[in-house]
Amino acid sequence: MTKKTKTLNLNFGPQHPAAHGVLRLILELDGEVVEKVDPHIGLLHRGTEKLIENKTYMQAVPYFDRLDYVAPMNQEHAFALAIEKILNIEVPIRAQYIRVIFCEIGRILSHILNITTQALDVGALTPSLWGFEERETLMTFYERASGSRLHANYFRAGGVHQDLPGNLDQDIAKFCNHFPKVIDDLETLLTDNRIFKQRNVDIGIVSKEDALDYSFSGVMLRGSGVAWDLRKSQPYECYDQLEFKIPVGKNGDCYDRYICRIEEMRESVKIINQCLSIIPKGPVKSPDGKITPPPKKEIKESMESLIHHFKLFTEGYRVDEDEIYTAVEAPKGEFGVYLISDGSNKPYKCKIRAPGFSHLQAMDYLIKGHMLADVPAVLGSLDIVFGEIDR
Amino acid sequence: MKDLADLEKKINSELTTKINETKISHNQIYLNIDHEDLLDVVTFLKTNSETKFRQLIDITAVDYPEKSQRFKMVYLFLSHKFNQRVILSFFLNENEPVSSLTKIFPSANWMEREVFDMYGIKFKNHPDLRRILTDYNFEGFPLRKDFPLTGHTEVRYSEDKKKVVYEPVKLEQNYRNFDYESPWEGTKYIKEQTKKDNDKKN
Repeated sequence: MTKKTKTLNLNFGPQHPAAHGVLRLILELDGEVVEKVDPHIGLLHRGTEKLIENKTYMQAVPYFDRLDYVAPMNQEHAFALAIEKILNIEVPIRAQYIRVIFCEIGRILSHILNITTQALDVGALTPSLWGFEERETLMTFYERASGSRLHANYFRAGGVHQDLPGNLDQDIAKFCNHFPKVIDDLETLLTDNRIFKQRNVDIGIVSKEDALDYSFSGVMLRGSGVAWDLRKSQPYECYDQLEFKIPVGKNGDCYDRYICRIEEMRESVKIINQCLSIIPKGPVKSPDGKITPPPKKEIKESMESLIHHFKLFTEGYRVDEDEIYTAVEAPKGEFGVYLISDGSNKPYKCKIRAPGFSHLQAMDYLIKGHMLADVPAVLGSLDIVFGEIDR
Repeated sequence: MKDLADLEKKINSELTTKINETKISHNQIYLNIDHEDLLDVVTFLKTNSETKFRQLIDITAVDYPEKSQRFKMVYLFLSHKFNQRVILSFFLNENEPVSSLTKIFPSANWMEREVFDMYGIKFKNHPDLRRILTDYNFEGFPLRKDFPLTGHTEVRYSEDKKKVVYEPVKLEQNYRNFDYESPWEGTKYIKEQTKKDNDKKN
């Protein structure tokens, strides 16, 4: 005699602490085993792409901060690179180093949040308390450079908005000295922790081939053993002059991805240290007055600067007719901007390629056959942020 | 293929009739094809040992309301092996369906759902073509150029009905799209006026 079983439909989210935002999952359960997942997204959809089509290029930059709000400047970077490539603008060397420093700070910000909240999801409270203290320090660096802790609006086409204020580089160097110790502390709490390992090892395994087929990028791809990092393979800014390693996982499970993130933070610290030691003095934005605003002092003295300033903040600059895709290695993976310009001061089309979108899509493939309790662990290791998925 | 120009030649010689136009710019290859050939071209790009575009990066569409073929579909591919990118595109009439790529790339599923949601383009043989980013019961296709920026409905919690209600958008002041273009370099209406004057003279 066979026993008839019925699957149970369970609604997870949209308000759930382990959903990392506003994710709604419809789970089909057979006992405690997940048979099917149907993620419902779009609860944070703000129509960013539509808004960007209606704003000038300069007004579009702040929308990028609101995508992956955990590492805002990395997003702005992709957009700035797209415009610079179309207009053939040379970014001054000092601005390149500043950009790299803040991109790596963004990477650390994002990885701290991910590692500690993933630990929180599987039952460890302390890492998040320790990690957030460091995040606070890093966000004050953001604030001192751009004036804002989160929504920086700092990377503009042609360079960065303003130079680093006094002593900021020394304070970042101080942070880099002390931060590896914090990573060690986090590792003593997690890496060999029996509970953490039981919850993560062999959970959510992704094979090499599947990682490629599902359009994974960043740590999700490297955790499965594909050595691919845009900073190395398609270097932008001054990444080709810096020395750093790309950590690659072996098994493609949640634990390997955690290890990759830890190692990436250490590499980021190395990159920041190198940048700080060789960063030259000089201008931080392109001298072309048609693209970047003149310094405030000149506006009071020079008629031409006044006109440039006025034109830039009303009409904005124009971008020649072109079509381009640029991508950067954001903390979560390949973040890309596909831009179509039509020669006017507003983008005709701006498609944002968010890494988390493809990662979350694979949720059904990742979780099939796992237990219900593994859902938060897998979600945590996907490193999803709804700002960028819903756009 | 290590070199972009070689790759362009290779694609042109292998797929002769299926490629309308190729172009190299910004270190990427732009391919223009007919929309019936999509599956063949993508299969070739993915499987051929000298192209190996193993990863679908994104799918999107562009709306050109004034063109006879209204939409342009755009597919972005990446080859890890040769470190190259391809941008594949074709034009499409308004109610024409496109073949789905879900059989070749499972990740095309959500990307195609997004294009359907935003532009209303339908995909043949898609396993689950639902809206993805917009609200439940949403109507209209937001990224089409004729969709207003403010949308059609707004949502709020009604204290009387004790539930969330949808109402037509009411704005204290209409959305104003300022034209900042310099009159000396020619705003749209001046350009049109001068064009008319010139036509009259001729």
